[in-house]
Amino acid sequence: MQQVLHILNKEWKDYFLSPIAYLVIAVFLLVTGWLFFSTFFIYNQADMRNFFGMLPITFAFVVPAITMKQFSEELNTGSYELLMTLPVSFRDVILGKFLACVLFIAVTLAPTLVYALCIALMGELDWGVVAGGYLGALLLGGAYAAVGLLASSLTRNQIIAYIVGIAVCFLLTIVDKMLFFFPRHLLGLVNHLAAEAHFRNIAKGIVDSRDLLYFFSIMFIGLYATHLTMRERM
Amino acid sequence: MIHVENLTRFYGDFCAVDHLDLDISRGEVVGLLGPNGAGKTTTLRMLTGYLPPSDGDIRVNDFSIRDDLLEIKRLTGYLPESAPLYHNMLVYDYLTYIARIRGLDGDRQRNRIRELAALCGLTHIMHKSIETLSKGLKQRVGLAHAMMSDPEILVLDEPTSGLDPNQIIEIRDIIKEIGREKTVILSTHILSEAEASCDRIVIINNGRIIADDNTADLKGANRGSGLRLILRRAALPDAVDRLAALAGVESVLPENGVAGAGSGEVAELRLRLQSGGDTDIRPAVYAAIKDTDWVLVEMVRETRTLESIFRELTREN
Repeated sequence: MQQVLHILNKEWKDYFLSPIAYLVIAVFLLVTGWLFFSTFFIYNQADMRNFFGMLPITFAFVVPAITMKQFSEELNTGSYELLMTLPVSFRDVILGKFLACVLFIAVTLAPTLVYALCIALMGELDWGVVAGGYLGALLLGGAYAAVGLLASSLTRNQIIAYIVGIAVCFLLTIVDKMLFFFPRHLLGLVNHLAAEAHFRNIAKGIVDSRDLLYFFSIMFIGLYATHLTMRERM
Repeated sequence: MIHVENLTRFYGDFCAVDHLDLDISRGEVVGLLGPNGAGKTTTLRMLTGYLPPSDGDIRVNDFSIRDDLLEIKRLTGYLPESAPLYHNMLVYDYLTYIARIRGLDGDRQRNRIRELAALCGLTHIMHKSIETLSKGLKQRVGLAHAMMSDPEILVLDEPTSGLDPNQIIEIRDIIKEIGREKTVILSTHILSEAEASCDRIVIINNGRIIADDNTADLKGANRGSGLRLILRRAALPDAVDRLAALAGVESVLPENGVAGAGSGEVAELRLRLQSGGDTDIRPAVYAAIKDTDWVLVEMVRETRTLESIFRELTREN
């Protein structure tokens, strides 16, 4: 567990050593801020439903940018060899990197709390729903981060890792809107695979164990598959 | 201390390391020599636990690489080829990170980093970003990385490749310094390197050990020695015949190629004499030349260099 914390600490600081972190945060705030506030006053409701509504799509593009370097860069520069000859296990490395990504996603989301404060000044804001929204956003970010880490562990090219990450996250986001492509008897299953529906429930303030189970399953599958890739790489 | 048994590694169908057996005792400095692609790096990667062996086992003290990987990683410090460090970190931050992962904290961490900075000459670059360092400095940071936990075993993959002569001497001195107490395994294809820093040399080719001896014995292994002569006023067939007739001389080869071959007297005749066994043929050669009117300009005894041994051994395969 100590080793997980050391790796988490290193990867976390690493984000802020390069401009990438600031760029990702800036772009995320710019895009969500504009999309949210451009319709906010027309919509004339003191809630953040529109903000959370577009998170799955924005996250599908932003989270893979956060995770893409984690393994690809190490594989490319060869530092992976140094890392793996230190007394750390695969589990320590994967969890350390994963938690660093989730922490970074949390920091990316943190400035949007200002939206909530502003809205609360203008009208009656239901804080329960907002809390649900942020919880859902973290779970969604975690699930996408697990997928992104898997993509990153597959290749030494960061761009490929990014695009593969986007493709899978985007598919998870919109799969329930493509149901007419699937045979009838698979519809129930495919519908459950969609991240957006599960996220929407939590963002409404309904924390259902089914939705929690969904997000934790995606995280587990993503991280376990990363573990398998690392083992295969030896 | 390290016991390697039947070590084998395949990449797909390609066998990079082929049933290697090796015993290394505490405090030895072992040089792993071989041409490119001989399996040196693969062997080192298996010793450090980066790659699992396809077959066979590595035992360090009583730990097996199959069951106690983390224990072996704890005992081993490793510097991969060309020191692939995290290039965006500062030297100090990087060493602190490694110290933490290696389980050093508080005063021990600070003292150890200070010690290593002094040993590897890093004191004045601690605040610099690793990507701005020259190759030699990076290599020294890599050495500090490898030695962080004061490991029992230090594994260095081509520690001096790409460095300039001054840097090579610096790194070599550091390795010697460490080699007094610790077990060091280093790979190289620079022979003078191995000669200068290793007690023992293991030559591998195509994944197999083809020679394993301590440095002095390997060089002294008496498989005959050569004598190089430069003569003036000597005619070729005559000179060769006369010298070849001497006791102890196995062969005489003219070395000035076409000009010398068959053209009788040449300005300067270069000959290479090969003697069998331990006999010193120099007195006999001198006596034979004294009887003629040849002028002996140069007579040099060739000791076997590691280069020649290496070439003989790796060419056979």
